[in-house]
Amino acid sequence: MVSAAIGITSGPVVTVRRRGALGLLRSTGLAGLASAAVIAVASVLAIFGPLLAPYNPELPNLSMAWVGPAGGHLLGYDFEGRDVLSRLLAGAQSSMIGPLGVVAGSMALGTVIAVVAAWRQGPLDTVISAGLDIIFAFPGILLAVLAAAVFGAGLTAAAVALSIAYMPYVARVLRGAAMKERGQPYVAALEVQGASGTSICLRHIVPNMLPLIVAQATIMFGWAMVDLAAISFLGLGVQPPAPNWGVMISENQPGILQGYPLPALAAGLCIVAVVIAFNVLGERLFEQAQAGRR
Amino acid sequence: MSTESTGTASTGAASTGTAGTGTAGTGTGSTGTGSQTSLLAVDGLTVLLPVEGQQRAVLREVSLQIGHGEAVGLVGESGSGKSMTARAIDRLLPRGAEVRGQIRFEGADVAALSGAALRSYRNRVAMIFQDPRAHVNPVRRIGDFMTEALRTNLGVAAAAARQRAADMLGQVGIENGAQRLRQYPHELSGGMLQRVMIAAALLTEPALLLADEPTTALDVTTQAEVMAILDELRRSYGLGMLFITHDLELAAAICDRTIVMYAGQVVEVRRSELLHSDPLHPYTAALAAARPDIGQRASRLRAIPGRPLSAFEAPLGQCAFAPRCPHARDVCLTAVPELAELDGGQSRCARVAELRGELEAADA
Amino acid sequence: MRWRFLARRLAMLMGSLLVASFVIFGALYLAPGNPISALSGGRALPPASMHVLEQRYHLNQPFLTQYWYWLENALHGNLGISITLQQNVSSVIAARMWTTGGLVLYAALIIVVVGIGSGVVAALRPGLVDTSVLVSTAVTAALPSFVAAIILILVFSVKLGWFPALGNGTSFWSNVQHLTLPAVALAISSLAIVSRVTRAAVREEADREHVQTAISRGIPARQLIRRHILRNAAIPIATVSGITIASLIAVAAVVETAFSLNGLGAYLVQAAESKDLAVVQGISLVLVTAFVVINAVVDLLYAALDPRVTLGSRAQ
Repeated sequence: MVSAAIGITSGPVVTVRRRGALGLLRSTGLAGLASAAVIAVASVLAIFGPLLAPYNPELPNLSMAWVGPAGGHLLGYDFEGRDVLSRLLAGAQSSMIGPLGVVAGSMALGTVIAVVAAWRQGPLDTVISAGLDIIFAFPGILLAVLAAAVFGAGLTAAAVALSIAYMPYVARVLRGAAMKERGQPYVAALEVQGASGTSICLRHIVPNMLPLIVAQATIMFGWAMVDLAAISFLGLGVQPPAPNWGVMISENQPGILQGYPLPALAAGLCIVAVVIAFNVLGERLFEQAQAGRR
Repeated sequence: MSTESTGTASTGAASTGTAGTGTAGTGTGSTGTGSQTSLLAVDGLTVLLPVEGQQRAVLREVSLQIGHGEAVGLVGESGSGKSMTARAIDRLLPRGAEVRGQIRFEGADVAALSGAALRSYRNRVAMIFQDPRAHVNPVRRIGDFMTEALRTNLGVAAAAARQRAADMLGQVGIENGAQRLRQYPHELSGGMLQRVMIAAALLTEPALLLADEPTTALDVTTQAEVMAILDELRRSYGLGMLFITHDLELAAAICDRTIVMYAGQVVEVRRSELLHSDPLHPYTAALAAARPDIGQRASRLRAIPGRPLSAFEAPLGQCAFAPRCPHARDVCLTAVPELAELDGGQSRCARVAELRGELEAADA
Repeated sequence: MRWRFLARRLAMLMGSLLVASFVIFGALYLAPGNPISALSGGRALPPASMHVLEQRYHLNQPFLTQYWYWLENALHGNLGISITLQQNVSSVIAARMWTTGGLVLYAALIIVVVGIGSGVVAALRPGLVDTSVLVSTAVTAALPSFVAAIILILVFSVKLGWFPALGNGTSFWSNVQHLTLPAVALAISSLAIVSRVTRAAVREEADREHVQTAISRGIPARQLIRRHILRNAAIPIATVSGITIASLIAVAAVVETAFSLNGLGAYLVQAAESKDLAVVQGISLVLVTAFVVINAVVDLLYAALDPRVTLGSRAQ
């Protein structure tokens, strides 16, 4: 549907196809909707988790260590006698906030770089592309470990490190899309009418790339979650006794060998469920984004 | 020349109870050749393909014959089923395709072939495809591409196969054959690659060529060169050819007979030189008129109203072309016209006798 | 054509290595406090030790000179001293290298054999086989290695007793035994990705026009699959497999920690915790180098497989 691209002044955004968020969601099918539901639940827990926890998630009670599910304690007690369910609910916060930060940071930075490179083209683009190719070599976890060694263990340092590590990938993917968008006739039309580069990018190019950006962000949330949980598992992210799903796996790991696998498994299940949800939804959104561009 | 009488008579009654009827074949006395000696005989070919979950017809009761050494053109717009016919003949239909009717090659039933017999058939029938760049494996060398069939199916030794390939390249006008054999497809232009494809097709010494729009993907100058080579080699080797194109003029130029297809059916079979002066079907006339003649003066391009239909989109129980035909009357809407023989040609037009002589440069 | 591609790619990779080494070295200065406290991990040191550190790291020289000395030393195998272990970093690395190398190799083998294998089979045999591969890869693709680790330990070590749970082995064979569960844990999610990509690539290739040409020439099925479908699909498959295997290097640290293996990764983590910066830098450099080398091999493979390749990055 080619709307009247020629002849508009500083008017409404010219788009190829626009659907509301709800329409986009519905188009992802049953699997997409189910995933969105899981994500919604996890997000609610991330915000209200600590309030919803029936018992204190951080207070140890060693006399109850490793006791299985019993009256009021659906998932039993962990290695320090704390209620597992409460700890999971409270842990949702740090388990979800971290990835959110990583995604926000890498997407913001990556989008800016991609759009600038695609818009300016020429030597700037060449330099940026070469630069991206070079930084690509740093695996995220490694950078996070380095950051922990330098700045001390903690969620912030790890999240920042992962943001930096993911950014080249984002920039690469989005640059391709931005270049395609830039080659569209409406852009030339707007340029002829005197619209500035910044305004075209901000008001037209980026909004038209939104489906791809959202799809990419969704998929990356899953990766970030895995990487951050791994870093917390290693002891270099969220520090105990703060509740966190990755931390819970590592601190309850001895229980597996001793015959009390539930706490660690429960935390693992939470991570896997949310990651699958993000992967599935992200993939579906990606398909929609590709389809919409044809 | 007795070309038209050998080719048009077809034997075999209508096979299935679909909307179409069988070809009205009346084997005339002069057709000493029947389906036994013709190179290729297609009889009542109906093909259904799975389209969005359902089986839809793409070819309806197509019948044609090609004699030894005869070049027959197959003309139609997109969706007419011309490519599908060639694929059916070469058994290259997609998964889930349903085939009814018969295809006989040198008397043998093609559908019944398998194993070594099928491979041998594929050596005797060579297909030349439309887009050479897509149809040649980009990661293998030209030499591999050309000699593969020779080495695998015919057991020719590698060195001998390469020699033959190099010689054949010379015949299609490519110099330095031995050097070219070592190159990769992306190093050759589209025109050269198509010549390579033709050369490769001829290496297995086929008896029949199926050329599916071989020059459509090339630019005009290259088109002319490639067409010339194809025509020359075909004649010198005495090969039969089914030449598929959307260009009526092109088919008429190098083929003795031309078959016109519309909506999955054969609507006209005619000697090429008579196509313009005395077409037997309104569609053929419209096709000929739609192509502007450089010496002609006209106020606007004569296009056929509406768009070409596939077999499954066409209305059933009537003439498929009627909705777009300027000569349609009630009789055209009552039943599917039979393929009638007339003056050495065939036409699937209910009013063919009446319209005779009126169709040349017919106006709306 | 291909040589130019390779030369450019290798130059890029060397650039990556250089930048990475710069970042690794520069971390010393990003650390809060002065370089000496960073090197010592915040511990108080006697003046003699501080003097030694100053000399060794040329701390009185300009930044770039220091970087140069560090790099030069690294290239000669001298990566400094571990504060916590009081040993040469390089000897620590040498001792633990084989565990990590063996682990990554084992996991790579699993990914190639099971991942690519299942993908090919799923693509060529539609139906039940295809569906079961699709379902299992969908599930395992989201399984982080440490979660896979605890599940594997639970099922195969605790419940079934087939494999030991923790630690390295003593002989070659017991090493293999001890590394099996970790290798599977490391490989499992990458395996799923490789399997899916393989399946998609083979299916896509099977539908291509040049395969139709080969069929029309009567090429028999087995040869068709081998020389036209798989051979062409090998390009994207090799690229993705290579990149996936390269990424194993970083994740190995997590698996080594989960299984208490004395590999480079586990030690890296411990050093990071105890702020033994020299060790962190040394091991990081080794790991990044390995990563870059594997990427270089992938590029070589890509150039060998695809004659069309020109300048620029791999078509992805």
